[in-house]
Amino acid sequence: MTFKSKMMASTAALLIASSHAAWADGHATHPETGDALATEQVFTYRDLDESPSIDPGVAEDSAGGDILRDLFEGLMNQDADGNLIPGVATGFEVSDDNLVYTFTLRDNAKWSNGDPVVAGDFEYAWKRAASPELASPYSWFIELMSLENASAVIAGEMDPSELGVTAIDDSTLEVRLTQPLPYFAQMTTHFTTFPVHKATVDAHGSEWTQAGNMVSNGAYKLTEFVPQERMVRERNEMYWDNEGTFIDKVVRLVIPDENVALTRYLAGELDRTAVPTGQFPRLSEEYPDEALSVPTACSYYYTINLTDTGNPALMDADVRKALSLAIDRDVIVDNVLAGGQKPAYTFTHWATAGFETPDIPMASMSQADRNAKAAELMTAAGYSADNPLEIDLIYNTSEGHKSVAIAVSQMWKQTLGVETTLANQEWQTFLETRGNQDYQVARAGWCADYNEASTFLDLMDSGSGYNDAKYENAEVDALLAEAKTADNPQANYDRVEEIVAQDTPIIPIYHYASVNMLNDALVGWPVNNFQQNWYSKDFYKKAE
Amino acid sequence: MTAYIIRRLAVAIPTLLILVILSFVLMYAAPGGPFNSERPLPPAVLANIEAKYGLDQPFWKQIVNYVVGVVTQFDFGPSFQYKDRSVNDIIAQGFPVTLTYGFWSFVVAVGVGVSLGVAAAIKQNSWLDYLAVGISVGAQVLPNFVLAPLLVIVFTLWLDWLPGGGWNGGAWQNMVMPVIALSTSYMASIARITRSSMLEVLNTNFIRTAKAKGLPMRRVIWKHALKPTMLPVISYLGPAFVGMITGSVVVDLIFSTGGIGQFFVNSAFNRDYSVIMGITILVGSLTILFNLVVDILYAWIDPKIRY
Repeated sequence: MTFKSKMMASTAALLIASSHAAWADGHATHPETGDALATEQVFTYRDLDESPSIDPGVAEDSAGGDILRDLFEGLMNQDADGNLIPGVATGFEVSDDNLVYTFTLRDNAKWSNGDPVVAGDFEYAWKRAASPELASPYSWFIELMSLENASAVIAGEMDPSELGVTAIDDSTLEVRLTQPLPYFAQMTTHFTTFPVHKATVDAHGSEWTQAGNMVSNGAYKLTEFVPQERMVRERNEMYWDNEGTFIDKVVRLVIPDENVALTRYLAGELDRTAVPTGQFPRLSEEYPDEALSVPTACSYYYTINLTDTGNPALMDADVRKALSLAIDRDVIVDNVLAGGQKPAYTFTHWATAGFETPDIPMASMSQADRNAKAAELMTAAGYSADNPLEIDLIYNTSEGHKSVAIAVSQMWKQTLGVETTLANQEWQTFLETRGNQDYQVARAGWCADYNEASTFLDLMDSGSGYNDAKYENAEVDALLAEAKTADNPQANYDRVEEIVAQDTPIIPIYHYASVNMLNDALVGWPVNNFQQNWYSKDFYKKAE
Repeated sequence: MTAYIIRRLAVAIPTLLILVILSFVLMYAAPGGPFNSERPLPPAVLANIEAKYGLDQPFWKQIVNYVVGVVTQFDFGPSFQYKDRSVNDIIAQGFPVTLTYGFWSFVVAVGVGVSLGVAAAIKQNSWLDYLAVGISVGAQVLPNFVLAPLLVIVFTLWLDWLPGGGWNGGAWQNMVMPVIALSTSYMASIARITRSSMLEVLNTNFIRTAKAKGLPMRRVIWKHALKPTMLPVISYLGPAFVGMITGSVVVDLIFSTGGIGQFFVNSAFNRDYSVIMGITILVGSLTILFNLVVDILYAWIDPKIRY
C-alpha cells in the first residue's frame, strides 16, 4: 500500500514544521502561519451535560469523544478535513485480501507517566472494550469493526483473548477482520479504539478515570474533574508532539442552559458555545466572524411503521411518497430552523466522504410540482377532503422537534388535507414506543459512526436493529451486502437511495448543521471535518 | 422528651423503608430503562450490562439486595448513567455544594425575611409596610428561572462583577448569584408569614399588658413578641431548609454549580435507578430529621407544648 509512504512523508513534514517554531522576543509567532500568539493559550468551551464516562472503553457520547481525543491518542488521527493522518501509528499495511491490517507504532509515543506506548496497550484496550466483564455499552463498536471473534467474545462464548488483535512486538499491531471493510482505518480514530494503560486500571479499578489517577497518552492530561461542573486538561509534557502543540490548557464547563451559556460567551468567559435554536440569523448578523454553521454527520427524518401495528393507509407506498413530497423542506430549514441546515431528499448526509448525492427525482422538482404530484397520488389512493387521511405523529419532547412537527402537519393539511394528531413523549418513553413499533409516524435522527455512507444506509437493511420502520426489501439487503466488499460502492448506495426514495419507509427532512459561536482569536477549528472531530492540539490563539 | 425523640426516630425507619419500596416500584413502572438510547443496544451487549448491574435478577431480589447494601455497607451502588462513578461519589461531590449555597440562602432568607416581616408589622400601614409587602410580593411572583438568567445578564455581562456560573470550589464570587436566586422566594414567604404572625401577636393581651406596664417598644418586641411570632415561621422553615440544602434544579441548571439538584433531575430522565434511589433516600432522611428538629424547637419556644 502506498498509504504508508504518504504517512511517512507527512510525518516528516510535520517534524520539520515544528522544529521551526520561532519563539522570538517574548511574542511568539506560529511557525506556519506567522500569527502572533496570545500569551495565554487557554481554550474554554461549553458542554450541555456531563458525559456518561471518559473511559475510552466505556464512553458513549460525542462530547465524551471530544474529551477523549485530547486525553488519548489512537492509532490514527484526523486532520482538519477529516483525512487520516498518523497518530500513535506511523502507518499501516493491508494484506491482499484486505483482511489483515498491520500497524507500525512510533517509538517516541509515551504515556503521561513516561511509560512508552506499546502495541500491547492497544491489544489490552480492545480486548477490554469487548469483554462482558467491562460490559461497555459501546462494545458493539468492536463488533462493527468486524474484528475476528468479536461477536462471540461479546456474547461471552469466547474468551476476550481470542479477539482478532495481536501485538506482534512493542511497535507492531496486527488486526484480523472477518470481512473486508473499506473504512476500517477510519474507525481507528474512534475513542473505543484508544489505548488504555493497564497498570493504572489495575491499580484504581473503575476510578482510574478520576483526575490524579488517570494516565493518558494524548496531547493533554486530566488535571481537574468535577462532574457536571468543570474539567481541566493541561499539556502532557510526555506527548510525542508536545513541541508542536500550542494550547496549554483546555477547560470544559458544563452549562445546561444554552441561553446562559451564550450570555457567558458574550461576557468573554467561553471560547465556544452552541447557538440557541432560532438565534443563528441574529447572531450571524451581529457577530459575523464568530457565528459558525458547519455540516455535521446527522440526518433528521420521519420513520413510518410498516408493520401490522402501523396505520393501514401507510402500507401504500404512494401514500407515503405523497407525504414526503408535500413537505416543503426549504421552509423547514430556512424559516423553522434557520441554522444553516440543508434540505434532505436522501438519507445519507450530503457531506459524507466519498458520497455523491444521487439524482432523486423529487430533489430537482419545484415545491409546486411536488405538491401537485403529491395531491395526484393521494387522490389516486382514494383520499379527498371528504375522506381525509388521519395519521398520528410522535416526537420526543423538545421545542425544536415540536416546531418541525407543527410545520409538517400544516403542510400535509394544506396540500393533502391530511389530519395529523401530534403527540410528544418524554425521551425514554418515546424510545420504547418507537422501538416496539407502537406508532404510525415518528421523528428520528441518525448520526454517523464513521465517515462513509453505509453508516446511514445500513439502517435500511431488514436485519438492522435500528430499522424502526421494519422496512424489508431484498434488493436493498443484497446491494448493501455487496457494497461491503466492493471497490467502489457508490453505485450501490445510489441505487439504495433511489429505492428508498421510491418506497419511502422513511421521510428524510434535513441534514444537520452544528451552529456555534467560536472566538475569532481561536485558529484551527476543523470546519471541514464532517464528524466535527476536533483536537485541541491543532488550535492556537492569536494575540488580539 | 428523650423518649419522644427515640420514638420519632423509630418511626422514621419504616417510613424510609416505605419510601424506598414505593420509589423502587414507581421507577420500574416508568417506561424505558437506564440503557435505552436512540441507538438500541445489541441483545448480547445489553445482557452483559444488565448482568453487571444486577438488573437480570427478579424484581424482589433487586429490592432486597439494594436495601441490604444500603443498610449494611451504606453502599448506594454504582450509577448506571455515569459509569465511572458510584452514587456515593455523586452525593459526596454534589451534596456539599448544595449544602453550602443552601445554608447561606437559608441565612439570607431568614435574616432578610424576618426583618422585613417584623418591620412591616410594627409600622403597619406605613410606607415601610407597603415597601416590605411590595418587595415580598415582587420576590414571590418573580420565579427563579426568570430571576437567575437576569442576574447573569446584569452581573456578568453588563457589570462584569461576578463569574456567570460554576462553583470554583465554593468561592464567594460564585456563590452570590445562586444564593440570591434561591433565597428570594423563600425570603418573601418568610416575610409574609412573619408579618401576619407578628400582627396577631401584637394584638394579644400579654403584649397589651407589657405595653401597659410601660416597657419600651423595643423590649416588648424583642423580649415578648418575637418568640411566639416565630412559631408558624419555624414550621415553615423545617421543610424549607431541607428544600434549600438538597438543591434547586433551577440554580444548578442555570449556574452549573455541580450540585445535587441537577443530578437528581437528570437521573429521572436517564432512568438512572441507583442515583434516583440514593438522592430520594437522602432527601427523605433529611426531611424526617428536620421535621423532628422543628418539633423540638416548638417545645423550646412554646412552654405550652409538651411531648
